Amino acid sequence: MTQSAVSAGDTAWVLISSALVLLMTVGLAFFYGGLVRPKNALNTAMMSIVALGLIGVQWVLGGYSLAFAPGLPWIGGLEWIGFRGVGLDPDPTYSAAIPQQAHAMFQGMFAIITPALISGAIVERMRFRAYVVFLLLWATLVYDPLAHWVWGAGGWLLTLGALDFAGGTVVHLSAGVSALVAAIMLGPRKEYGRAALVPHNVPFVLLGAGLLWFGWFGFNAGSALAANGVAALAFVNTNTAAAAALVTWAALDVLRSRKVTAVGAATGAVVGLVGITPAAGYVTPIAAIFIGLICAGISHTAIQIRSKSRLDDSLDVFSCHGLAGMAGALLTGVFATKAANPGGADGLLAGNPGQMVVQLVAVAAAVAISAVGTIGILVLVKATVGLRSSVREELTGLDLSEHGEEAYFGTGILTTPGVALGDSVIVTTAPPVPHPSPSPARPASGAATP
Amino acid sequence: MKLITTIVRPERLPDVKAALFRAGITGITLSRVSGHGGEHELIEQYRGTTLVMEFHEKVKIEMVCSEPYVDPCIRAILSSARTGEVGDGKIFVQPIERVIRIRTGEADNAALTAVNAEEVQRAAIEAAGIGGAA
Repeated sequence: MTQSAVSAGDTAWVLISSALVLLMTVGLAFFYGGLVRPKNALNTAMMSIVALGLIGVQWVLGGYSLAFAPGLPWIGGLEWIGFRGVGLDPDPTYSAAIPQQAHAMFQGMFAIITPALISGAIVERMRFRAYVVFLLLWATLVYDPLAHWVWGAGGWLLTLGALDFAGGTVVHLSAGVSALVAAIMLGPRKEYGRAALVPHNVPFVLLGAGLLWFGWFGFNAGSALAANGVAALAFVNTNTAAAAALVTWAALDVLRSRKVTAVGAATGAVVGLVGITPAAGYVTPIAAIFIGLICAGISHTAIQIRSKSRLDDSLDVFSCHGLAGMAGALLTGVFATKAANPGGADGLLAGNPGQMVVQLVAVAAAVAISAVGTIGILVLVKATVGLRSSVREELTGLDLSEHGEEAYFGTGILTTPGVALGDSVIVTTAPPVPHPSPSPARPASGAATP
Repeated sequence: MKLITTIVRPERLPDVKAALFRAGITGITLSRVSGHGGEHELIEQYRGTTLVMEFHEKVKIEMVCSEPYVDPCIRAILSSARTGEVGDGKIFVQPIERVIRIRTGEADNAALTAVNAEEVQRAAIEAAGIGGAA
């Protein structure tokens, strides 16, 4: 690596963006934490927070190398293990104007939040130690290769010409599909369909969504890896799509129940942000409005269907990240235009239908590695550590059984909606799960239901 | 002596309390309760989940009155707790056999009269006068 000119402006923006993306993981902890019941608030938040520690180390030790070091089309090499040779000079493959360590850290923040997104599907029932093992294996065996395919030097999807500006396929589609697989493999919560499983702190949900939105400017606009016009375009598109999706979601809420809900507004904004992620640097702001609108329509519909099914994707990670990520990746192939970003590519509407084929291949590849990888990892974790908490632990809450702490000291499970003396809540939409259901706990565990 | 138990809307509680104090009923006990009556169920929506809250939050007020205070007490509650909508609550009146004040051992009516009853009643009437003039 020869010394080349490091741009002060570009470096400053990428470092700030890295910090912004880190804040998204904290925002996610609040977003997910607010959506669960009080007895699981800490456990759910910790599923995001622990990724800050675990993947923060994994990325330096090997993750960055597997994802971005020169290697095969399928996986990066090992030469940057331990950040060896990842220095203060730019690596012209990724950006000629920022220190490679800035690139490495920016990408590291993506690697941290992606597996944390999955946790929303398996909250309130997964053993914490099983989740930790899953997190580490998933980041290494699914995220790092997929990031290499799409963004790494010589990655096969990059060579093919797949467009993914900031991680629609790498981050959201992969997390969403893995969430769906994990929710199926863990099975529903014991109380799913029998008790009211509703958010315990909606202000937390709004706070988390706000932090996600704020951090997403770093996620998307930072993905320009420079403080330039494309970053500004991505910034504009990010805000516009989130706003359009929020409005769409609110309108759909009104159609459904004649009221605009706060949880819906938060969810809508996040869905719009997911949808625009792959497209942010390639489309016009008007296209961003359409992307936000379409993604919100898809996710809102999917959530209505999901909540009437037996599928306990508890916080609708597949509906919000999987489907909106998929829609965003495909819509990038529709709306991309060099009129918005001369350095980008043309999509369907700009007269290049071939881009749609490439986007479809990228989506299919991301779905495949995520599904296969997640199945393999969960089978392994189930055979070694065991996936689920015992029924008793699940009913009393994972904050106590997994962490020995309570989010709200001394409140106990009686504060849970549907359990408190006066609530007597009836869930009208989710069908009951047959009782007794087979226990997915380890065979050796004495806590299995008879 | 009568035990008067009333269930009222929590949002009417400040008015009910003021009306009771003005009527000279100054010894009262409150509880937060949940009740089911003729009211419509409360519907809440969270993403795809619809909740029907069957029970409504209410306040239960209990007080024991000597005979001359029973009707003023009932009038005070009726005038302050009523909104005209379903769910305004009920008043129950039951006879009481004995009352003993623990501090002094006084019995029945002597035990019922709060030490500062007149003071509290006067303050409540003055407060209402100021509020009414505004």
